[in-house]
Amino acid sequence: MTDASSTAGDRRSRILGGGGGAGRNVAVALVSTAIVFTALGLLVVNSSGWEEVRQKFLNGEEFRTWFPDVLSAFWLDVKIFLVAEVVILAFALGIAVLRSLPGPVFFPIRALAIIYTDVFRGIPTILVVYILGFGVPGLQLSGVSTDPVVWGTVALVLVYSAYVAEVYRAGIESVHPSQEAAARSLGLSRWQALRFVILPQAVRRVVPPLLNDFIGLQKDTALVALIGPVEAFRQADIGANADFNYTPYFCAAVLFVAVTVPLARFTDWLIARDRRRQQGGRAA
Amino acid sequence: MSEPAAPALRIRDLHKSFGRLEVLRGIDLDVAEHEVICLIGASGSGKSTLLRCIDLLEPVNGGSIVVHGTEVTAQGVDTNRVRRGIGIVFQAFNLFPHMSVIDNVTLAPRKVLGTPRGQALGEALELLERFGLADKRDEFPDRLSGGQQQRVAIVRALATRPRLMLLDEVTSALDPELVAEVLGVIRELAAGGMTMLIATHEMAFARDIADRVCFLDAGVLLEQGPPDQIFSAPREPRTQQFLQRIIDAGRL
Repeated sequence: MTDASSTAGDRRSRILGGGGGAGRNVAVALVSTAIVFTALGLLVVNSSGWEEVRQKFLNGEEFRTWFPDVLSAFWLDVKIFLVAEVVILAFALGIAVLRSLPGPVFFPIRALAIIYTDVFRGIPTILVVYILGFGVPGLQLSGVSTDPVVWGTVALVLVYSAYVAEVYRAGIESVHPSQEAAARSLGLSRWQALRFVILPQAVRRVVPPLLNDFIGLQKDTALVALIGPVEAFRQADIGANADFNYTPYFCAAVLFVAVTVPLARFTDWLIARDRRRQQGGRAA
Repeated sequence: MSEPAAPALRIRDLHKSFGRLEVLRGIDLDVAEHEVICLIGASGSGKSTLLRCIDLLEPVNGGSIVVHGTEVTAQGVDTNRVRRGIGIVFQAFNLFPHMSVIDNVTLAPRKVLGTPRGQALGEALELLERFGLADKRDEFPDRLSGGQQQRVAIVRALATRPRLMLLDEVTSALDPELVAEVLGVIRELAAGGMTMLIATHEMAFARDIADRVCFLDAGVLLEQGPPDQIFSAPREPRTQQFLQRIIDAGRL
């Protein structure tokens, strides 16, 4: 440990001493990153319980055995969050628009939208999953699905729409009233002003927080496992119990990270492209 | 269709309050077709509010506004229809930042008037050409200078072919060297016979372009007349005071 950090300190000062500009910055970043990661790695590997943890959580053989099963179960998570995200995008936007309706006539509608967002942000997601997943099929209504995947997805949609609606609303309220005045002065109706002028600007502004919620959603698809369906987490659970080894959980973790990271980078790219288009002359 | 005798704009006893603050206290004003009126007065005298009331962007508390023979302050009037006949240009441009210049200009013709896309594009390009902006058609507003943005805003307001233009201190947010290009556009509109109501702090411009100058003071239309009379021989003490301050500031 001490060894590593002292040599690291020497290297760092040497590089800081020489050169300059962007090249130096890149070099400093590379070196400091290498130092931190090496130090963390050494800390973990040299810990007294490392061998046992490696065997229990990062077992290569276990990984190869269970990865295909966890991967195929993971498709259920992918299906759930893809469907949920599309529905949420539309449903939450509707809630946000209803909550932004002006005037006393629309008070009951605004009140309903507020109650909805308050209630579903207030209840723990897992409770909503339980209540819908066990409760609705228990009603034995004819023509209503008893598939826990369906009700688990509905639960996620209800909970996350409440969050996403608030994100949209923040975006709508961030657009300056003069934009609506300009749109209305051209003869656009209130709805047209919303559709063509306010929402496009609002949605662009909230893409990062929106994505943040979707990353949360993608992880929470694992909660659907608690009412039965075998998705990645449940499959990993099965694997872990069969072999008394936690490596299958690691498989699931790798898969969840593998879908959320590209989504984050994609959003960054979208934001950067938008900024370039609108003010390409000035910004880099 | 309005009868030929009807003025472009007739305002009677217009009152407007924001809470307990009375901003307009009984305005009477007639504007004839093709007339150019400049509204002058200190900040807070009610110029902008008057223009916003005419475009129905602010609900009025009393009195009536008649635009081309239609009482726009009447109950149940189609506000979208009224606004189509009126173009308004704001101090802060208020262009739509997420749309290119050409989309800013064609939005209202396409969505409000239902003009087919091709025709709307053609008409918009013609207007942009006329005001020297044709090469900016695909730019986004943030990439244009203030003067260019304001000219685009004027073109956007003209795209629905309004018969009355309201200009709300359209040069106040501009760097001094950009003011001339925008005033040039307004001169061209006046020469073309556009009926205009212009709130402005550019006294030399008002003197030059206006058929009539109206001095607003604390929500009252205190004095009006031809620019020569208002600027050379104002009758009201308040008008004299206001103009003296402008002269002292070296702006007339």
